Formats: sequence, C-alpha cells, structure tokens
Amino acid sequence: MTGALDNVASLREVLPEAIVGVGSLVVLGVDLVAARPRRARAALVALAVLALAATAAWVWRAPGPSLFGGLLAGDALARLGRALAIASSVGGVLLLSSRGRGTGDRDSGEQLALVLGVTLGMSLMAAATALLTAFVALEATSLFSYALAGMRPRSRAASEAALKYVVYGGVAAGVMLFGMSLLYGMHGSTRFDALASFPAGVAVPRLLAVVLCLGGFAYKIAAVPFHMWAPDVYEGAPTPVAALFSVGPKAAGMLLLARFVEAIGPSVPWELVLGTMAAATMTLGTLAAMPQTNLKRLLAYSSIAHAGTLLLAVIAGGDDGRAALGVYLVAYLVTNLGAFGVVAALERRGVEPELFAWRGLARRAPVEAWLMTLFLFSLVGLPPLAGFFGKYVVFAALIAKGGPLPLALVLLAVLLSAASLFPYARILRAMFFEGATGPAPAVAATRLDRAILYALALPTAALFLTL
Amino acid sequence: MVSVKRIVLCALILCGAAGGVAEAAGRLRVEPSAIVLPPAGGEARLTLRNGGDRPLRIARIDVTGDQAGLRVAPLTRTLQPGETAQLAVRRDGGTTPAFAGLRVVCDDETLPALPGGGPDERVGAVAVRAGATPLLGWLVFLPLLGALIILLAPGSAERFARAVGLAATGGVVVLTGLALSRFDAGARGAQLVDHAVWIRSLRVEWFVGVDGLSITMVALTALVGFIAALSSLSIDKNVKAYWALFLVLMTGMLGTFVALDLFLFYVFWEVMLLPMYFLIGLWGGPRKEYAAIKFFLYTLVGSVVMLLGVIALYYASPAGSLVDGTPAAHTFDLVRLASEGRGFATTPRLFGALGFAEVVWALFFVGFAIKVPAVPLHTWLPDAHVEAPTAISVILAGVLLKMGPYGLYRVNAAVLPGATKWAAPFVAVVGAISIVYGALCAFAQKDLKRLVAYSSVSHMGFCLLGLGALTTSGWQGAYVQLFNHGVITSMLFLLVGVLYDRAHTREIDRFGGVASQMPRYAFVFGLAFMASLGLPGLSGFIGEVLVLLGSFPSYRALTAVAATGVVLAAAYHLSALSRVQLGKWNAAQWKDRAQFPDLTAREALMLAPLAILVLVLGCWPQPLIALSQGSLGEVLAKVAGGR
Repeated sequence: MTGALDNVASLREVLPEAIVGVGSLVVLGVDLVAARPRRARAALVALAVLALAATAAWVWRAPGPSLFGGLLAGDALARLGRALAIASSVGGVLLLSSRGRGTGDRDSGEQLALVLGVTLGMSLMAAATALLTAFVALEATSLFSYALAGMRPRSRAASEAALKYVVYGGVAAGVMLFGMSLLYGMHGSTRFDALASFPAGVAVPRLLAVVLCLGGFAYKIAAVPFHMWAPDVYEGAPTPVAALFSVGPKAAGMLLLARFVEAIGPSVPWELVLGTMAAATMTLGTLAAMPQTNLKRLLAYSSIAHAGTLLLAVIAGGDDGRAALGVYLVAYLVTNLGAFGVVAALERRGVEPELFAWRGLARRAPVEAWLMTLFLFSLVGLPPLAGFFGKYVVFAALIAKGGPLPLALVLLAVLLSAASLFPYARILRAMFFEGATGPAPAVAATRLDRAILYALALPTAALFLTL
Repeated sequence: MVSVKRIVLCALILCGAAGGVAEAAGRLRVEPSAIVLPPAGGEARLTLRNGGDRPLRIARIDVTGDQAGLRVAPLTRTLQPGETAQLAVRRDGGTTPAFAGLRVVCDDETLPALPGGGPDERVGAVAVRAGATPLLGWLVFLPLLGALIILLAPGSAERFARAVGLAATGGVVVLTGLALSRFDAGARGAQLVDHAVWIRSLRVEWFVGVDGLSITMVALTALVGFIAALSSLSIDKNVKAYWALFLVLMTGMLGTFVALDLFLFYVFWEVMLLPMYFLIGLWGGPRKEYAAIKFFLYTLVGSVVMLLGVIALYYASPAGSLVDGTPAAHTFDLVRLASEGRGFATTPRLFGALGFAEVVWALFFVGFAIKVPAVPLHTWLPDAHVEAPTAISVILAGVLLKMGPYGLYRVNAAVLPGATKWAAPFVAVVGAISIVYGALCAFAQKDLKRLVAYSSVSHMGFCLLGLGALTTSGWQGAYVQLFNHGVITSMLFLLVGVLYDRAHTREIDRFGGVASQMPRYAFVFGLAFMASLGLPGLSGFIGEVLVLLGSFPSYRALTAVAATGVVLAAAYHLSALSRVQLGKWNAAQWKDRAQFPDLTAREALMLAPLAILVLVLGCWPQPLIALSQGSLGEVLAKVAGGR
C-alpha cells in the first residue's frame, strides 16, 4: 500500500499503545510486590501509565500515514479512538481504585492491569484497517473484558455475567470470523481498502458475509439482535467495570464499524441494513428500560438505546457523519461514566443500585442525587447539556443526507428520545419525590468519589464551549 | 501519602507541557480577534502577522454585514514570515449598533474558502462591534447569575436565597424598564440588538434583539416574574433549591423572548423544562409527581418534534456568513430566514399536497400548540396548574402559555408565511374549539383553581382564532389578548392562592359569602373575574373584541361559535363568583371566621400592579397596541400576501 509505513517506522507511531501494553505488565508487577493498600498503589501506577500514554497521544495527535504496511490506520478516526480509549480507561481506573474499602472486593490491582489491556484492544480496534487486525483487536478487548466482568469474589451474579459474556462473545467471534474468511475468499486480501471491489457474481454471498461480520461488530456495540448479553453482564459485573464496558468498547466498536461500512462501500444497502438495526436497537433499548428496577440494568438498556442512535451517525456517513459520531461519542463518554459513577459511588457507600434503595436519596445524599439528575438529563438530550449536542449533530447529519429512510429514522429517534425520559424519570421520582426509607448512607463520601463526579459533571454541562 | 489533588495536578501539568509542543494552526495571525468600537465613533488598529514559515499573500479586505459608517483602509500585500501589517478600521458615530465582519482574503490554506472565490482565496474573519449594547444579555443572564450565587452559598441560606431571588427579579424589572425607555415603537426591525458568534462549528450565534411583540412579552415576563417571586416568599422547604430553579426558569423565559437565532431560541425553550419539572414536582400539591411528569413528557415531545423543524430549516436556509464574516453555507438567523427564505416554498411536494414549508410548519405547530395549549393537546395544563404552587401557577399561566403564540409569530408566521396562510383556517378552527371546549370544561369544575386553568385554555383559544383570521384586528387582538391574559390570569391564580392559604381547600361549594368577611379581597376577586370574562372597560375585553371583529370577515360561522364562548365564560365566571363571594357565609364549614383575615400587605402588593394594569389597559389599550403594531403589521402583510 503506497504511503504506508513499514513495521519498524510504524513502531514510533504506536508508542501510546506500546506504553499501555507494557504498562499493564508493570501494573501486574507492582500488584505482586507492593505493600498494602495494593489497589491504591496499583491505581497510581496505572494512572501514571495512562497519563504517559495520553501525552504521547497528544504529541502525535495530528493524523498520520497508514502503519504496518496498511494494517493500522493513523487517520483522525484512529486518533479519536485512541483518545476515547484512554479517556474511558482513566474513568474506569479511577472508579475501580475507589472501591477498595467497603465493597468486599479484594485489595488487589489485577483488575487495573486488565483495564489497561482493554485499553490496548480498544485503541487497536479503532485503528484497524484489515480484517484480521480488527478480529485480533476485538478479541483482545473481549478476552480482557470477560475476565473483568467476573472479578467479584463470592458473587454468583458476576460469575454468571462472565460466563454469559464468554459464551455469547465466543459465538459472535466465531460467526464474525466465518464472515471474514468468506470475504477474504472473495476479495483475496484482508485489507479494508481491497474490500470495495469484488468479482462479478458474488454479490449475494458477499452480502451474507458482510452480515455475518456485522454480527461480531453488533455484539461488541450491543446492538439488536446481538444485545442480549449486555443487561446481564452490566448487572453482574462490578459497577466500575460496567461503566467502562458501556463507554470504551462501545466507542471502539462504533469506530471500527464506521470504518468497515466505508470500506465495503455502497454495494451493500447500508441504509436498509443499519437502519433496521438502528431502529430496532433504539426501540428495544428505550422500551425495555422502562420496567427496570435495577439501576445497572436500566443503564444497560439505555446504553443499548444510545448505541442505536450512534448507528444513525454511521448511516449518515461522510464527513458530517464522522464528525457527528465523534461529538456524540465524547458527550456519551462523559455522561455515561458520570451516571455509572454515581451508581458506583453510592454502592460503595452502602446504597444498592435498586430503585427501592434509592428512594428519598435527595434528602440522604443530595450531592449525588443532583449530579445524577444532571447526567440523566444529558442522557435524555436536554440542552445545553452535552447529550443534546451529541444528538443534535447526529440528527443534523442524517437530515442533511436526506431520503425517506433517514428522515423516518430521525423521526423515530426523536420520538424515542422523548420516550426515554420515562425510565430516567423513574429514577428521578425515586430520588426526589418518594419518601426517605432510611438514614443517610452508612459510609461517608470520599473526596476521590466527589472529585470524579464533579470532573465528569463539568464537561457534561459545558461541552458546548469546546465545539 | 499521595493525595488525589496531587495526582490531578501532575496530570494537568503534564498535559500543559505537552500542549506547548503543539503546533500552531495557520499562518495568518490577527490581533485583536474582535474589534469593539464605541458608539460615538472611533478608530481601531488591527495587526496582521505572518506566523508561518512561508510568505502570506493578502489579496484584499472585504466587509460583510452592517457597513453603516464603517471605513476600512485597503490592504494588498505579501507578508514575509514574521512580518506584520497594520490596518485601520474607522467608524463615524451612528445611532444604531453595527455588527460587521472583516474578511481578510489571503492564501492561508487552513482557513475556510471564500464562497465564489478562486482556489487560493481563503477567509480569515474578524468581528467588528460598534455601539452594541449588552443590555439584553444582562437582562437574560441576571437571574442565572443569581441562581449561581445562591447555589454557591454555604448551608441552607434561606434568607439569603430569598433576598438574592427578589434582587434578581427586581433587577430584571429595572432592566426591562430601561429597555422600554430605549425602545422606539415607530422603528422597524429588531432593536437593542446584540450579535456575536457562539458555537462556530455549528454556525450558532448569540443573536438577541427585541421588536414590538418581544418587548411586550419581556415586560410581561419581568412583571409576572417579580410578582411570582413575591409570592414565592412563602415557600419554606428546600428554599435554596427552589430559588435557584426559579431563577434558571426566569433566564429561560427571558431568553426565549429575545432570541433571534433559531438554535438559541430552541436552547432557551428547552432550558425551561428542567426547572419546571422540579418546581411542580417538589413543591406542588397532592398529585405533583403525576402533574410534573405529564408536563415534562408533553412539552418534551413537542420540543423534539420542533427540533426536526429547526434542523430542516437550517439545511434549507440560504448561504451567507456569520456576523464576523466567516462564510457559512447555512444559517440559523431568524431575521435572515424571514427576509431571504422566501417562505421556503418548494414545488416538489413531499406527501400529497404538502410541500417542505407545510411539513416544517406542522412540525413547529405541534411544539407550539402544546404550549398554547390547543385542544386536544391541552390535557397537561389542568394538572400542572392545579398541582403547582401558587407562584409557579402564576408563571406557568402568565408567561409559559404565551410562548406558544409567540413562537407561532416568530417562527411559523415570519419564516413560513405561505404555509401559515395555507394553515390559517385550521388554526382558526382549533382556536374556536379551544374556546368552547375550555369554557364547557370550566363550567363543570368544582375546584376553583381547575376552573381558572380551563378558563386559560378558553382564553388562549381566542389567540389562535385571531391568528387564523389573518386580519389586522385579528392579529392585534390575539397579541393584545396575550399580554392581557397574562396579567389577568396571574391575578386569578394569586387570588385562588390567597383563599387556599386560609382555607386549605379550593372547592367552590364549600365557600359562600366570603365577601362579607374579606371585602377588599372580594373587590379584587370581582375585578379579576370580570376582567377574565371580558367585561368592557377592563383589559380582557379588548383582546376578545378585536379578535371577534377581526375573524368575522374571514370566518363567520366560527366567530359565531366563538362568541358563544364569551357567553359561556360569563356563565362560569359569574357562577363561581357568586358561589364563592356572595350569599351567606358558610358557617357549617367555617366556624372560625378569624381564619379568614382580609388581604395582607404582601398580597395587596402583589395584586395591586396587576389590578392597575387591568383597569388602565381596559380604558386605554393604545400604548400596548402601539408597541406591537409595527412588527405585527409587517409579518401579517407577508402572510396575507402568501410569500
């Protein structure tokens, strides 16, 4: 491929990923030798690694040439994916590090090393420009995620979540690999840029192969009909891990999907295929969230609904669609991490993530209640919060594209946006309008928890300043 | 022991250091990035510098926008790396503020391309503001500032919150008075304009100004807001949160009425939802959560449908530039959408007889009709009004309901005149139905507050009827009715609140002969009810009679139907008035007459300005009509002309 760097010259460009990869081993080592409190010390090291990676990513933030002979991209999408991966892991590490006390978790830093591994996988997913690279990156993310999901001692829910995740992920990976092998057979190359043109007569098998590949991508972003693992996994996994799952791999998966869609090109009726998937995902996510009483499940379904809206950005395509995808992913990252962060902070203080336990929270834990209000209204999409601007640019990109199906999708999306108020309002009602069922949470809030939540609330409220 | 703060600080320092490694954007550097000239005229110097490593060729300086009295020295040069050039920008004194954009046409490839220019022509934009007044900005954001001050106060700070709240709403009244004094009723176009770029990448601007109708609405909001603040002094739980939310709501309302940028209008429209939800839901009556979520869901559905209309208008809008000269392929500028959009009428029809303009009109109408409220989208209103605390009912009925017809004027009529003409019969029919249905429902009510709420539905129906009539009288009547209804209905809710504070019930049948115990209250009550039913000599009559006069030439049958609404209004108002105030004191229900003292000083203070306005505007409505006449006439001419 012309203009691509060879293996040696590319190493410098993937320095952030290399730092994260080596860093995860360093964190494992620290976890072995450090004195107690191990998790806090391992978290410090992990944050230092991420800060170093972030600095390297910042220095090399301008889009660059293709890497490793065309296997990884260095374009703006890849840079965005890398930034989102690092940001979501910083959030995950911070939330995990504050859990040491009071939740029964073991005081060890293994989870942090795994989070760094997930970061590496996510960053590579967003940059992958070949089928096998995409598969390897996706599997790397998944394998670390399976382990993370189950890491709660003596918790059957966590083990069940991890098992469901593994089984589902394994099947999805197999299906995707099958589709990828068919594509390789038809095109003779695994590179994305070779996927656009194909020999005559294989259009229908190619469509089938593309749909099989989509199965794997859709599983990662939790889109219908491959979403069924998400509510159980989010509910069973430790809350900080669920927070990471809801933002990091989802963002990386969307960017990978966007790249794949662009690579396959207009020979596949993407509007119809992705449109149906997006419509089903948004509808199911919104409707299924309504009767939920477990907050983590509710947020899981809400994440599924947001994945549907993100698919609209992929359908829009072009420069507008890509920019819209980026803005929405950033807004969604801060908002969702914030929402899960509040759930995690309260869980640490002894308040279970159930609606009945959250009743009267406005009196018992007012700061968390009002911050949760901010994050929930951003998820609904009320201006001037970040979530509104994300939805706005996506809807604008799709309306600019025009055509009956995109316009119908936008209409469905706005109506479901309004309907999504209902599940979030149930949380608000529990917090504000229902009587207090007990005294204030047993454990006091830590400065770290509050700092994390305020740090996420600020961009949620003020994202428009950066647009 | 390493603390969180130190980690965050180190991370910030690292990022800052890395930022120093960042490369600069382009070659053209302009200092300062925006020029502000005093109103009396003056001169400013602009320094252009080549910050890159290649020569920068400056072809010329173009001026976009408002060029009245603006003079820019010509400049054509090639700057070497590091070289600077000076540019003089001069403005002679002028009475109107001017917003212009200087376009430095050069060959810096990182800048946007000049529309219609050559491949090498790129535009660096500099904003020039001359004589701009930030008055409206202060007006809109003073309550928000108050809210932030309240939130930052330590502890429960009840007295502080009340003081700041009153000060902020009082400040808004003062600033509104200032704006009114500077407003020239005879001039055309928007006044007290302020125009700057807000979100460049989305082409959104901070564009605010008032015309005849907006300034009456702003005045109504300021007055009703201050009176509601006085009424809110009786709130005694979660006082800090209440006042913070109340002030955010004030900002949202004021912003909606002065916004001249469609996106900005939409943002302010939505900003009102969150505070209203909590204000009804936390401080309301027995069914407050139900009322709050119903209100929120209804308004949210309307708003998201409106969002589609906003985006559609944006992508159909003509190209131009932002206020600082940045080229823009589309615009949110409502003034330009109205003047250059040509009604967005298109020949390709989308669904049957509907074209683009009609579909967008319908999208906006759904959002505005929910707020009016038009039957059958009105069912949120009785619950929200009844369950909200008195002060919030006053704001809801006095101001929020006015935003529907205001939006219909500002967006539907001004930007889509052809579609408005096409839909006018429909609007008139909806109006007539609202009048009669609202009146019939009011007649059936046993709860006094619910009766007033349904009377609001009926009165706002007159607005829609007048709008649909497309005659001068009809429109003047509709928008006079808007202001007058705001004043009258505020009085009504305050009066119901006075009675409720004493009796803790609003059931009409439980009262009787209240006039014998509370004579001053009975007088004001009678005045308000007479004004509400449209007694000539009081302000409620003006709007209704103008609407009926205006709609008769266009729709005779509908006017006749609407006129029966007037009779029904008399029926339910007089029935309620007589059952509450007249007759014998209901001693079976109320043994202790001392439970019902007459109006206190605070209550009288709240009701007095409203009562005076009702009396004065009933006999002499000319100032109100004169303010809005010009702008209404302009838009009506466009609508009646169909383009």
